[in-house]
Amino acid sequence: MLKVRVIPCLDVKDGRTVKGVNFVDLRDAGDPVALARAYDAQGADELCFLDITASHEKRGAMIDVVERTADACFMPLTVGGGVRTPDDMVAMLKAGADKVAINTAAVLDPDILKACARKVGSQAVVMALDARREGDGWGVFTHGGRNSAGKDAVQFAKRAAELGAGEILITSMDRDGTRNGYDIELLRAIRNVVNVPIIASGGAGNVQHMADAVTKGGADAVLAASIFHFGEASVTDAKRALAAAGAPVRIIEPV
Amino acid sequence: MTRLAIIDYGSGNVRSVQRALEAAANHFEIPLTVVLTDDPDRIRQADRIVLPGVGHFADCAEGLAARQGVAEALNEAVFRSRRPFLGVCVGMQLMADVGREDIETRGLGWIPGAVERLRPTDPSLPIPHMGWNVLTDIKPHPLLDGLGPEPHVYFVHSYAMNPAHRQHVAAWCDYGGKFVAAIARDNLFGTQFHPEKSQQAGQTILANFLRWKP
Repeated sequence: MLKVRVIPCLDVKDGRTVKGVNFVDLRDAGDPVALARAYDAQGADELCFLDITASHEKRGAMIDVVERTADACFMPLTVGGGVRTPDDMVAMLKAGADKVAINTAAVLDPDILKACARKVGSQAVVMALDARREGDGWGVFTHGGRNSAGKDAVQFAKRAAELGAGEILITSMDRDGTRNGYDIELLRAIRNVVNVPIIASGGAGNVQHMADAVTKGGADAVLAASIFHFGEASVTDAKRALAAAGAPVRIIEPV
Repeated sequence: MTRLAIIDYGSGNVRSVQRALEAAANHFEIPLTVVLTDDPDRIRQADRIVLPGVGHFADCAEGLAARQGVAEALNEAVFRSRRPFLGVCVGMQLMADVGREDIETRGLGWIPGAVERLRPTDPSLPIPHMGWNVLTDIKPHPLLDGLGPEPHVYFVHSYAMNPAHRQHVAAWCDYGGKFVAAIARDNLFGTQFHPEKSQQAGQTILANFLRWKP
């Protein structure tokens, strides 16, 4: 049986981890590769690197992080942030990423998803969708959640999958950073209209939230940042909670 | 010293495969030199050959066909001279007679059968089949040694091989019905999953491949 994936997410700026990280055993918690190794050892099912580097000129640092991580961790790696073209995707895949997330560029021009899927295969194309409640539904936001795109998030997710996105990473802008749990209704609404895997993101405050995203929201994977980085819950803790809720997981006992 | 050739024909994750093989060799103290190549002569000189592949069957088949002499060199080294061969994901699928991803495309023809779209019995199951899943009905085979009873490996695919002969199946996997997760025939082995991304289980399989004497 296919397992629900638990995915720690690291925000990387100019090649360093941002957002406070409080890992007891790490000498350099700012080094994304050291963190990646720690999550690898915990049995994370996948890792996500989000490049929040402001300038395009400094992207080389991210390529270096991806290369060094792929040298050390033999696990799936998703990279996002600042990806605009199929060639940007190719550069990340060549560095060792398995999947590349695209956000603003695909919202502004959805056909780019088709071009990306043709170039690298839809299995490597992740639509990173930032959604916020608007009226009865949810709107799509771009530029890190700052600008409304004037599009319906559920309809956009459906269209993204049709155009070639092999997976949808759904971040609730309302919940992100609140630790009040994922937006279950948003997940469910998108789950009901797309037939590609969906990843829940934004709002995880404890491991029960992760179980809810799967059992109630229908998520295929759960992504979280601070809950893991601050050592409040390990990947194994998250998987135990998922298992207790009846979700299939791959539990790797720490050695 | 084992000379291993990874066929570099423009498809995806060649470096990931290289790094994972080198790490497995290092960990299990297997002397190894790896070349990434699309040079027919170097393919003929290799002791072992790995064919990776990501994405679309037809694109990968075309990428292989576009490199002059590569398919012939593979046929010679692998199919006739019987060097140990590992195909990964689309690299495994290419061993079939034919692929039916959008259009019908010829494969290398080493394993009778076709590559067809996954059709889970439960139509609500997402495609691609993406993530960690368990190998089942594992046949005794040197490459699958030491994996334990329920090994998890990482899959990302929408198509799977449907071999004409059951005896070529080395392991199955379940996703709304059984599909072929690994195939084996003489010196040929193929995995639908990605051993290079399957953490410890993947490292075990890669080390097994490097020591394999079919």
